[in-house]
This record gives sequence, structure tokens and C-alpha cells, in this order.
Amino acid sequence: MSIMMLPTRDGYGYGLLELGAANPDVLVLDADLAKSTRSDWFAAKYPERFFDIGISEQDMIGTAAGLALGGKIPFATTYGVFVAGRAWDQIRTTVCYSDLNVKIAGAHGGISAGGDGATHQALEDIALMRVLPNMKVLVPCDAIEAKKATVAAGTVLGPCFLRFAREATPVFTTEGDFFEIGIANILKPGTDATIIAAGPIVYEALLAHEQLAAEGISLRVINMHTIKPLDEAAVVAAARETGAIVTAEEAQLYGGLGGAVAEVLARKCPTPVEMVGIEDSFLECGTPEELAVKYGLTAKDLVRAVKKVLARK
Amino acid sequence: MESMQRLKEFCQDVRADIVRMTSAAGSGHPGGSLSAVEAMTVLYFNVMNHRPQEPGWPERDRFFLSKGHACPVTYSVMARSGYFPVEELLTLRKCGTRLQGHPSCKTLPGIEVSSGSLGQGLSIANGFALSAKIDNKPYRAYCLMGDGELQEGQVWEAIMTAAHYKLDNVCAIVDYNGLQIDGDVESVMGIAPLAQKWTAFNWHVIEADGHNLEQMQAAYAEAAQTKGKPSVIIMKTIKGKGISFMENVAGWHGKAPNQQELQSALAEIYGKENGK
Repeated sequence: MSIMMLPTRDGYGYGLLELGAANPDVLVLDADLAKSTRSDWFAAKYPERFFDIGISEQDMIGTAAGLALGGKIPFATTYGVFVAGRAWDQIRTTVCYSDLNVKIAGAHGGISAGGDGATHQALEDIALMRVLPNMKVLVPCDAIEAKKATVAAGTVLGPCFLRFAREATPVFTTEGDFFEIGIANILKPGTDATIIAAGPIVYEALLAHEQLAAEGISLRVINMHTIKPLDEAAVVAAARETGAIVTAEEAQLYGGLGGAVAEVLARKCPTPVEMVGIEDSFLECGTPEELAVKYGLTAKDLVRAVKKVLARK
Repeated sequence: MESMQRLKEFCQDVRADIVRMTSAAGSGHPGGSLSAVEAMTVLYFNVMNHRPQEPGWPERDRFFLSKGHACPVTYSVMARSGYFPVEELLTLRKCGTRLQGHPSCKTLPGIEVSSGSLGQGLSIANGFALSAKIDNKPYRAYCLMGDGELQEGQVWEAIMTAAHYKLDNVCAIVDYNGLQIDGDVESVMGIAPLAQKWTAFNWHVIEADGHNLEQMQAAYAEAAQTKGKPSVIIMKTIKGKGISFMENVAGWHGKAPNQQELQSALAEIYGKENGK
């Protein structure tokens, strides 16, 4: 059976349309990337509520902050690498310190902007956003969850960062699946080890689950769509009940999901952890598939990491 | 609406507040606060539509302090117009105070947004003004900026945005005192010719003497009457204005007066030649 493939940015586009219909205060801003980020879908339907700010990410965040002060719910949209990096101080001082109701969408996260090379691959966005007080960080795993995350962000109060990907990836969740910010989804209930993953790589974790099941290893798979606030209870329970943890993400391990999980476990339940992600380096151009193989982000790499962490139990 | 004579007296008190509160704190930014005294006094007492007893009144005009370090002057005009007791000014920068060293909207009602990292206020004013346009509301957004602050690239992004979206409900005020921490603005990183630059970016430019109350009052009125484009008041000022040993000395950007300097400043502010 072939699985449907859609980019998570499409989920963002659908989520914005749903929000736009439900709430006239929802506005969308973009920094000259509306076609790529799918914010142009909202622009086409609600042109009076869409504002292109041009190639000026810092000003876009400040403008969004002012709109939020005026009671609006602005979604400031562009590539994750630009908004999280270039506008970090604006996000810190204006949005997070003031705790404003600004939503920030970072498209083309992880290795999904493959061909564009290192300048366009957002690998530090999670770390940069996670460190900010008041910020929520959402990394949906497929297009359906991306839509739910977008709608949830538009409903909850306060700053949110949403990460989306460019490439079509498997759609494996359903409309009916439970989604709530800050509550992890346990996709497989295993007992020998746990993979905690965020983003489209969750699908690789499910493939790893199949392979390991064939070898008699019972793997728990957690979809950690909210990296902040992290569902610490789910992390600690996984550590207590399976005794071995693997984290998986398309991001720098330092400060990313791996870092977040390690912080919790070091304090609450020291447990062997292996981390799959980017090891403190810039990547290069290539298709996302090529990069995933070269930089160790496939199901095969996850299987290897699980076996490694099992040996440390 | 206060008379010019009354405003003049308020300005004396505001200047005294600035030196008293920074002196009590042992740190802070008197220079760029003193240069904006007349602009802020006119704005808070005679221009803005606001309710100091009801800081969250939705219909109020908004003031955004982009040069966050000039919070002493902001706190003073807020206290003097009734947002909080004047005595609280002396808690500036003390641990536990609502009057943070750079303003925090989470601690002090009446501060619209936290600021302190330069170059961000005009973007915020624009966003607020845009929300007012969307909702067909008459309220206006005021934004006080430093001249050195104009070296920040984001400021010019925001200048473009305000003109692009024809935000005639935005009024920027540039405190053109000519000094920044490292010295003369023109020697550190030149920003002249300022009026031509804002004009070229499709703003309505009003030049005024920032220490002349009548001129400032007229400048705000001209800005409010200007339709179809945003207005900027480029006000020529003197850093440290009103205290002779602080005037035009960059070193007083971020230094508090000691006891002796405080007494000498107060004597000058309230001296005979100043009519009190």
C-alpha cells in the first residue's frame, strides 16, 4: 500500500485557511516567501488580512508584535533559518519578554531545503527558539499534524514557533488522532527501548520499530511534536519503563530535542541516551534523501542507535 | 490641555525626577532622557488620548519607547500624569521594582511593550497602527527614537513599511541630540542628512526645536493632520539639556549623578533664572 506524501508546509497552509475562516483576527505576514511557505493560500482567500513585509525579517517580527498589541493574532512566516536566526533578538526582546501573542512559522526546516545548501537548512532553529522564556516550540511530523499544530498555535495564547518542512513526506497520522500542545503522542507502546522523535523523522522511527520488532525487540515510539513545553512525564516514564532512550531529529543535537530530553533525564531519571541528529556541523547541498543517508537520519541509523543504547542498559 | 506655563513647570519637575531617580539608582541614562523632556511632557499632557488611571483603556493612543534607555523620562511623565505615585520613581533599577532599568510591560501598566534592544520600536508602532487601520480605529501610535539608534538596519526596514502601508497614524519622534555612547553621531557613524533621508522614504518630515514647547505642540498637531503618509518629527535637542555640566557631554549618556552633582543639578533646574 502506498502512503500519501505531502509536505508539512501544506499543513500550515491548510491550518491558516481553517483559522482564517474561524477567526477574523488571524492575520498572516510573510517576508517575500509566500509561495514557498504556503502563506499565499491564505493571501489568496483573505487578501485584506495578508501583509507582505518584504525581505525584512526583523521588521516583520516587530510588526507582528504591534499587531498582537492591537488584538490581532499574527502569523509571521518565512524560512526557519532566517526568522529564528536573523530576527532572534526581536523575538527575544519584543515578543517573548513582552509575552505577546505572535506566531512564528519557520518553513524549510531541517534538511528539507537540501539543494539550497547549508545557508538555507534550518538546523539551529529549535535550539534558538527553545531557549527563550514564554516560547512554545512545535515540530509537527506530517501534513495532518502540521495543520493541527497551526490551528492549536492560533488558539493558544502567547508566542509560538512552528517548524515546517519543504519536501513531501509520508502522511501517517489521521485527522482523528489526538493532538494537544505539550502532550506527547505515544505511537507504539514498546518496553525494551524508546525513540523520542520530532518532525518527519518520526516516520523513520516507525520503520525502525518494524525492523526491530522482526528481531524481537519491543520499541516504544514517541512523537514529541511539542519540544517546548516538553512532555517531561512522557520522557521520564519512557526512561523508567524501557530503560534506554534514542532521540531523533533533523536539527543540531546541541540544544535540540536531544538536548532537551537529556536535560530532563539528567535531572529526573538518568538513563542511557543515544542521539540521532546533526552532530555540530553545517551540511551541504543534496536531495533530502541523499543528506539523510549521508548524515545518518534514516530508519537504519535509528535501528543502529537503538542497538547501541540497548548495549548500554 | 495644559498651558505652556504649566508645561514649563512640569518640565522642571521631570528634569528633577530624572536626576533624582538615576542618582538614587546609582546608574541609568540621564543624558538622552533630559533631551526628550519637552517632547515627552507635551505628548503625555497635551497630545495623547489616554487615561492614566485606566492604562489598559482599549481606545488609547499608544506610546512606544524605542530608545528604551530613556525610560527615566518616560517613568517621570507617567508618574506626573497619574499612572503611579511620583515617590515610586525612586525605586528605579532597584531589585523588585516595577521600574526596570529598561522598561518592561510585564511589570508596569502603561508601558506598551518591553524595550531596550535598539531599533525595534518603530516596527511595533507600525504593527499597532496597522491593526488600528484594519479595525477603523482612530487611535495613533507614537514612537520615540534616538538618533544613534537610526544606525540600526531594522529602523530603515520599518521606515519603508510605514510608508508602504501609508500608516498616517504613526508619528515617529527622533531625538536628534547628536551624541551617542562613543561620541558624536556623525563621527561614530554618520546619519545625516536626516530630513532628506526620511523624505526620500516617503515620510512627512517635520523639523522642530525639541526644547520649544510651542514648536513641539505644533509639530504633533501637524503630524496628526497629515494624511496618506506617516510623519516624523526630527527634533533638534541637546543631550543633558537643562543641566549645564551634562549638556552636550556624551559621558552623561549612561552615568548617574553623585550627591554633589545631584544638588548642583537641582539648584540649576529650580534656580532663580528658571523662575521657581
